Amino acid sequence: MVIETTPTDISVERLKAGDRAEFARLVDLASAPIYRLGLKMLGTPQDAEDVLQNTFLKALQSLKSFEGRSSPLTWLYRIAVNEALMLIRRQRPQVEIAEEPQEEADDLPAPVQLTDWCCLPESDFLSAESQRALDAAILKLPEKLRAVFLLRDIEGLSIQETSQALGLTETAVKTRLLRARLNLREQLSSYFTGRLTEERTK
Amino acid sequence: MKHQHKHECNELLGTISEYVDGSLRDELCRELERHLSECDDCRVVVNTMKKTIDLYQTETVREGLPADVRQRLFKSLQLDDLLHGAH
Repeated sequence: MVIETTPTDISVERLKAGDRAEFARLVDLASAPIYRLGLKMLGTPQDAEDVLQNTFLKALQSLKSFEGRSSPLTWLYRIAVNEALMLIRRQRPQVEIAEEPQEEADDLPAPVQLTDWCCLPESDFLSAESQRALDAAILKLPEKLRAVFLLRDIEGLSIQETSQALGLTETAVKTRLLRARLNLREQLSSYFTGRLTEERTK
Repeated sequence: MKHQHKHECNELLGTISEYVDGSLRDELCRELERHLSECDDCRVVVNTMKKTIDLYQTETVREGLPADVRQRLFKSLQLDDLLHGAH
């Protein structure tokens, strides 16, 4: 799958010079992925729209300090992830966002679900119920793993771009990605193994 | 899980994410593939992890921004005058 991650023809110079038309072009190139990220990160269209608006407002305010070391889109992703995490903290101030060392590759959770459900009919994967199960599983991921998974596997950023967007080392990105994928694999395995049992008892 | 394999399964668990991305270095890749040829459980883990990623990539709808959301965004950025530009 080819996923466009970099609006290559955006001129950082013109953005920094305050060219409004160029900024509007950046908005049109980047707003759909930023909105999608917000939606998957937070789960509701209202929150996704808040993240979207705040991201571009912050971007406008901090354009002068944008050094162009990453692409404009990667820079926007970074702002958006921070906005999303802030919104999550505001909504659930009682819950501390887990600070456990998720960069460590030691102590990975051993896989529990060991049924192969890949052979289910395609219609089972495409049903509206399955789509809801997929979305719900993302929202159950710890926030820091969620951000890595969304940027890398949904938005198609490279490991390097993901590390730039999140201010993490590439090793930390790889470990969080592994943990996120293992976690989602367990959740989907529970769900689809249930479907498999239903298929077999039909 | 087969006990003689279990230690090796745990050792290799950390490599499967890079393996499904095709970015695992050759030596480890060969080691993992040899293990997979003997270990049903790990083969299931690799297959279902691939399927998991594949399902997320397929289900994600890559559509444009809803028109009303775009309109409110341009307004909040005071770019209303450019709303009908080269969208």
